[in-house]
Parts: sequence; structure tokens; C-alpha cells
Amino acid sequence: MNDLLAPFLQAPRRSRNALLVLLALLLLAPVVLDRYLLSLAILVLYFAFVGQAWNLMMGLCGQLSLGHALYVGLGAYTAAALYQHFGLTPWLGMLAAVAVCVAVASVIGWLAFRFGIAGTYFALLTIAFAEFTRIGFDHFAWVGGSGGFFLKVVQQEAADWLNLRGHPRMFYYLALALAAGAFVLTTWLMHSRAGYYFRAIRDNEEAARAAGVDTFRYKMVAIQISAALTALAGVFFAFYYNNLFPEQIFNMGRSIEIILAPIIGGIGTLFGPVIGAALLTLISEVLTEVLQALGIQAPGLKQILYGVALGVCIMFMPHGIWPALARRFGWQRDDGETRS
Amino acid sequence: MSLDLVVNVLLGGLLTGLVYGLMALGLSVIYGVVRIVNFAHGELMALAMYCTVVAFAALKVDPLWMVFPVAAGFFGVGYLLQRALINPFIDRPEHSQFMLLLAVALILVNGLLMAFGPDARNVQVDYALDSYQIGPVLVDKVRVVCALVALAACALLWAVFRFTSFGKAIRACADNLLGARVVGLDVAHLYGLTFGLGCACVGVAGTLLTLLVDVTPASGPAYTLLAFIIVIIGGLGSMPGALAGGVLIGMSEAAAGIAFSPSAKSMVSFALLIVVLAFKPQGLFARR
Repeated sequence: MNDLLAPFLQAPRRSRNALLVLLALLLLAPVVLDRYLLSLAILVLYFAFVGQAWNLMMGLCGQLSLGHALYVGLGAYTAAALYQHFGLTPWLGMLAAVAVCVAVASVIGWLAFRFGIAGTYFALLTIAFAEFTRIGFDHFAWVGGSGGFFLKVVQQEAADWLNLRGHPRMFYYLALALAAGAFVLTTWLMHSRAGYYFRAIRDNEEAARAAGVDTFRYKMVAIQISAALTALAGVFFAFYYNNLFPEQIFNMGRSIEIILAPIIGGIGTLFGPVIGAALLTLISEVLTEVLQALGIQAPGLKQILYGVALGVCIMFMPHGIWPALARRFGWQRDDGETRS
Repeated sequence: MSLDLVVNVLLGGLLTGLVYGLMALGLSVIYGVVRIVNFAHGELMALAMYCTVVAFAALKVDPLWMVFPVAAGFFGVGYLLQRALINPFIDRPEHSQFMLLLAVALILVNGLLMAFGPDARNVQVDYALDSYQIGPVLVDKVRVVCALVALAACALLWAVFRFTSFGKAIRACADNLLGARVVGLDVAHLYGLTFGLGCACVGVAGTLLTLLVDVTPASGPAYTLLAFIIVIIGGLGSMPGALAGGVLIGMSEAAAGIAFSPSAKSMVSFALLIVVLAFKPQGLFARR
């Protein structure tokens, strides 16, 4: 534990205090937030968490996955099915979900990295696996097929932590724990040997291999960690929303949703996914409200604006918002390096 | 299951596959020269299909005549897209380019959704049900015509690259970019032309495909994936590979349709992709 927290203990006092204040605010937030704002906060934390999970693989290790919905879906279905069919607590279900996702990620990674499939090809392979699984689950009767899979909804104020049933407040704290955990893990990874290997692979794989980095092994580690974290996000998703449809959860749109936050916030940075998630959720809610107030019924308009935001962001802030902010205000870059 | 039925279905798949091949050819040409993966390929295809549907509904234009204006229009759109949006991204990292085209794709597909709604549209031509009888084999007339037009478009594209001076210049860019710059070729312009040609291919393919299937906005992303699968199976950047991959996917889809269920057909395509990536990741018809 001390080892995990070392980067924070060694951080400058100013940033450490800022982080502690932020954590305290987040811990106290449910006291003042109403149900609607609480659901927004959960959304932000959820996207910050999966964004961080994806960022580990892409931002740190340079492996572009466009099929992370695969791990969300597999994780969600595994834990949900074990709970619904065998009454297994989601805490054990999480372990199963992680095991399934790590196994699948290992297969994908092994297939791809064995032949040095990278970049575009790798991204397409991840999409192919996600789509393949989506269609498979459409026909998978044990978990409801295309008709969907539903968890029993219990209306209760008290939190049943063992079975993850209850008030959104409980899910808020769960999401907060996940997001904070991923944040700590990423920070620790960045300062670990593996983290330096990851970045060496990202920046120049040939050179990394020449310098003696076992690139195959470390790329496998990256995809496995990322898949394991994303599996947890899937479990959270299943128990928070209580319904799962292959068409939705494995959809490529979902994979894209996951990666928007880190891209807009700043790929390969610690705070990027968090800031991106907060900003995107905010924009999305404001847009919904504005469109509603104006009485505009236009399915797709929101997505168009998403597209525009993504395009503008990638054009004018190719490294994302966080690096731009950090440079503007002279904050220390959080990945401990300078990139042009 | 009778042999006649199998032959009929496979032949139909082969003919549809040639149209798929033309679509994938557009993607392959763009990648082969510009080294950009056009992530909005299927969405452009859906756009072409809607153009055809609208022209048919409003003016009763036969989709086969629409091939020409759509090809010309899409050539222009592709040229402008490349010059205005994509050229500044040529030296950016791969994921940046991906995101840019993803943004284009999102805007296109949701634009179509806003304009036409989620329901399927199609064209009803009066020769839709005609067919040729060759012995025991029955072939739809529209499929034959579409396949022939697709083949003609491929031949035309090949001739452009082979015999025209700008085709030669484009090939020079693909083979040796630095050399092409040294001898004074206007690379930005040639990239624009290439992207235009690729878009013209997908435009023609989309126009033809309206004769064979319905179109929905959601089919855009599905066609993007299909085009990727085809070019990867055939070998990214290889022209014969794209056509052969298209035929292979067309036939396997058709075979899956009768062997399992119609909804399983894209699963077979994805399985094929995974197998090819696992055993011959450079594609079945790669040059190297």
C-alpha cells in the first residue's frame, strides 16, 4: 500500500493538498446533491474510470483499442448472469468477470502481438472481436439473447452492499472508489518499471526492443490490466442499470463513448480522462436541456454535435485539454515528461 | 437442401460480392496511396444510397443512371474532404487520423438519421424481379447488371491508374513519396484526387447496392466494418485483393444465410477476419 501511494507522498505539497481537498469534496458531495445531480456525478465517475482503463493501454502503451465495449459487456454479463442464475454476490462475480475479460484480452493480445499487428490493424481486430461477441450474445439464450437480460430491481433506501442493490448513493461511492482506485493505480504504474517500458513501447517499439524490453510481454500486460479494469466497469454498469442488451452494450458506439473522455481530456495523462468525462457529461446534459427548452425533437443532433466537438478537439488540441491547461497555468505535467 | 439452391445462393453472393469489392476497392486505393484509413467509408456509402433513393423517389431516375452523377459528386466531395480536412493530418499519429474520420462518420450518419429517420428506404424498379434462367440456375437480372457495372468501374479505375499521367503520378506517390516530392509532384493535389477516386468507387457501389438491399442510417457503420473486413482479408492496398475479398465475403454471407440464419451472416464475416488476422495478417492477396 505504501508502495502504491508513494508517488502521492512524494508529490509537491501543493498538488497533494489539492488532491486531498478534491477527494474530501467528492466524499461529501452526496450530502448536497439531489438524485439527478447524483446520477450525473455517477456518470462522470464511471466514464472517468473506463477512460482511465482505456488510457492505460492507449495512452501509456500506445495500443489503440476501439473495442473496449467488449470488456464492458463481457464483465457485465458474467457478473449479472452469475447473480441472477446462481445468486452469487457481485463481489465474487467481479472476480469471474475479470477472469473472463483477462482471458479474452489475452487471446486478442496473443493473436495480435505475436505478428506485430499494431495501429490500424490492431484497432480493427478489437472491433471485430466486439462485433463478433455482440452477434454471439444476440443468440445466447441463457442470458436472454437479443431480448435483453434483466436484474431484479429492488426499491429500497438502505444499501445492500453485499448484493449491490439499493440507492444511487451506494453506486456513487462505488464509482468513486473505482475511479480513485484507477487513478492511484495509473499513477503508480506511471512511476513503475512497467510504466516506463509501456511508454518506451509507445514512443518507439523498435528501440524499446533493441534496449531489451520484452515488448510482447509488456503489451500483453497492458491489455490485460486494461481489460481487467474495464470488466469492473462492466459489473458496475450491470448492477447500476439492471438491464443489458447486446445491441447496446457491445455496440461500437459504446467503445467510442469510452474513448472520447481520455481523448478530449488528454491521452496518456492522469487527469485527462477525469476532465474529459466531466466536460462531456456536462456538455451532453446542457445540450439535452437546451434542446428540450427549445422544443427541438431531433434524434441524432446530439451525436452530430459530439462529432463536431471531437473533430474540433482533435484539430486544435491534438493532445487534449489537460496538457493545454497545464501548460497555460504552469502546472507540473503529470506524466513526468515533455512531449512536443 | 438441394444443389440447385446452393448454386443459386452462391452465385447471388458472388454477384453481390463484386459490388462489395468495388466498395472495398475505394478504401484500399485511399489507404494504398494516402496511408489514411477512411473510417467514414460506409457512411459515405450510405450517403450515396440515400442520394439514389431520393433521386428515384423525386424524379424517378433509374439508379443505374444515377451512377454517373453520384460518381462525379463523390469525386468532388472526396477531393474537398482530403484537401480541407485530411491533408493537415497526414503527419499526425494514426489515432488522430482515426478520430478525425470518426468525427466525420458520426456527423454523416447522424445527419442521415435526422434527415431521413431510422426507417429503411429502398427503390422499386420495374425490372427488380426479372431473372435469367440458365439450365437449373436462376439469376436475378439486377444482380447481374450490378456486378457488371461494378466490374466496369473497377476496370475503369485500373485504366486510370495504368494509362493516365495523373494515375502514374499517384502511383509514384504511393511507391516513393520522397521521390515524388523531389520530381515536383503536387502531392496534396494528388492525394485529393486519390481520395476523390476512392469516394467515387464507394459512391458507385452505394448506388448499385440500393438495387439489392434497403438502406438505413445505421447501415453506414456496418458497411464501414464490412469494407475493412474485405480489405484486410484481401490485403490492405491491393486492388485484386479487394475484389477477391469482396467476392469471398459476398459468398460466405450468402452461404451463412442458408446454412445458419440470416442474422448470423456478419458473424461469419468477422470470424473470417479473425482467422485471416491470426494466420495471414498481411491478407490473402498481399503483394509482399
